[in-house]
Amino acid sequence: MHIAVHQATPGGLLPLLHAIQDDIGYIPEESYAYISKSLNLSVAEVHGVVSFYHHFRTQPPGKHILHICRAESCQAMGSEHLEIHAKSKLGVDYHETTRSGNITLEPIYCLGNCALSPAVMLDEKVYGRVNRTRLDELFAASEAAE
Amino acid sequence: MSIRVYVPRDSSALSMGADEVATRVIVEAARRAISVDVIRNGSRGMFWLEPMVEVATDKGRVAYGPVTPADVASLFDSDFLHGGQHPLLHGLTDEISWLKKQERLTFARVGMTDPVSLDDYVAHDGYRGLHRALSLAPAAIVQEVTESGLRGRGGAAFPTGIKWKTVFDCAADQKYIVCNADEGDSGTYSDRMIMEGDPFVLIEGMTIAGIAVGATRGYIYLRSEYPDALAILNEAIAKAYAQQYLGDNILGSGHCFHLEVRRAAGAYICGEETSLLESLEGKRGQVRFKPPLPAIEGLFGKPTVVNNVVSLATVPIILDKGAEFYKNFGMGRSRGTLPFQLAGNIKYGGLVEKAFGLTLRELLYDFGGGSASGRPIKAVQVGGPLGAYLPESQFDTPLDYEKFSELWAVLGHGGVVAFDDTVDMAKMARYAFEFCAIESCGKCTPCRIGSTRGVEVMEKIMSGKDCEKNITLVRDLSDTLLNGSLCALGGMTPYPVLSAINHFPEDFGLRRKGAMQEEQAELEKVDISY
Repeated sequence: MHIAVHQATPGGLLPLLHAIQDDIGYIPEESYAYISKSLNLSVAEVHGVVSFYHHFRTQPPGKHILHICRAESCQAMGSEHLEIHAKSKLGVDYHETTRSGNITLEPIYCLGNCALSPAVMLDEKVYGRVNRTRLDELFAASEAAE
Repeated sequence: MSIRVYVPRDSSALSMGADEVATRVIVEAARRAISVDVIRNGSRGMFWLEPMVEVATDKGRVAYGPVTPADVASLFDSDFLHGGQHPLLHGLTDEISWLKKQERLTFARVGMTDPVSLDDYVAHDGYRGLHRALSLAPAAIVQEVTESGLRGRGGAAFPTGIKWKTVFDCAADQKYIVCNADEGDSGTYSDRMIMEGDPFVLIEGMTIAGIAVGATRGYIYLRSEYPDALAILNEAIAKAYAQQYLGDNILGSGHCFHLEVRRAAGAYICGEETSLLESLEGKRGQVRFKPPLPAIEGLFGKPTVVNNVVSLATVPIILDKGAEFYKNFGMGRSRGTLPFQLAGNIKYGGLVEKAFGLTLRELLYDFGGGSASGRPIKAVQVGGPLGAYLPESQFDTPLDYEKFSELWAVLGHGGVVAFDDTVDMAKMARYAFEFCAIESCGKCTPCRIGSTRGVEVMEKIMSGKDCEKNITLVRDLSDTLLNGSLCALGGMTPYPVLSAINHFPEDFGLRRKGAMQEEQAELEKVDISY
């Protein structure tokens, strides 16, 4: 369905990949063959693009995605402590999903909320001036939202 | 008549609970049977006051902040709808000195208007630039922009008018205007504030650019980390189309300009113009060789203007008020204003639009109020992750492109990130290499491999292993990166690394130059004649 929409768009591969990931949360490798055929590309080219961009994933993520900003402004306000706290509390490293399948932890390099560092993004919502307590509240809220 | 209450929808304000505050205001007003009109404006840029609620009174707009949902009932009790006294009251917004001291040209409307109301935009001098542009010959528009002295606000500071002229002079069946909205630099958010707070000014700027150079199609390449900006831009574009400000026949002038937003996908390198174009074409964001310049062979091989959000958003005011007006701000070859963004460990962080020429110290202390932690500011990184770190001894430098170049530093996109004295500069130098390794597109070997080797050598230095020898190695590696990279990612990673080493050698296990002599002098002063 997404393929038909973006097939004729100039430079349509990125919009197409976004549409697929917005819809099902990731880009299954099985889809490469269909995508490449309809956009007149090789499977290698599709793989090359998917793997180049940090935003695209080829495995389904957890129910929620937590991005912790690692950039300089947030570092100046102690984001490192948040990273350590999140990793130990969730029992995962970056790019991993908790055993319950609830949260995937990802690093991000700037959310544009630098005057209110440190910042995190849970799904599509940004939070500013985050400390460990606030992070725990976010974990609790995302558990409760199940 | 209902009273107008402003609660920002800027994503920084949202990050502190602005949506919840807005809901509370509506609920509380309904409970008290008071008629209010809640407007979701952009942010005025005083982020320590966010969510900052404003009320339109007879005397002007009055500000309260930072407001939490729990404060809303007490605001109603204090009659805030008529500017009543309250511990969170800051008086008339326009009289707040932090804001009053600024020179807001590009940001004149941000925080004032409803960002998705075209009527509000027009009522606040919007589209005056386009009307004037439509009365001029395209070459005269280009000339006006050139004379204003506007330089690329994305960081490279290339004269905008010259870039436009190159595209104007190219004969082609199709030309493009591309807006670089891949604002990836840490410590910067001015593009985001424009797109969320005054999207029509960007649309107007791109339309003028299109008419000037003869381009009929434009793209805004927006980073995927800004979902709120995406929604606002799309809403604004749809409204502009509906009122013939975009489309096949703009305001009946016969000019055609189509605009759409394309989402990036989280690669920092795509802020570099040639890899941005690759990405727009649906490919890996790998840097292209120059020449050919994008102005001659850009998107899909056609002449293309690639400008930053702030550059394009500044075009309408230049056309409206004239090149002379804009040029009269600033110093030396840095004309006009730059929206500086105060970030990191800073007490009053936010957006300061000022003419070039104020000093870094004025920005950090007169506006920023010093560090948020209350400790001394040790280092400041200006211009994003590829900008140099400046020590206290350089804080009196005027903010001007050329003055910063003289110090081997950059102004870049105007981001200013402060660090207090707990920062370990060796760690920041290591991070600069790490960031380069994560974000390298892989085309040039020094950047692709050198960055990882840089992390390794920095780790040796941090564990105290052969510091002197390894610093020599880092300098050597930096030299290779500087001279052997196609673009600024590899070519400028040495800026944060070497500036950290040069200004803060003690963090790298080195003695400061002259430290031996100082210690000797100290020793001699000690009275041992007991």
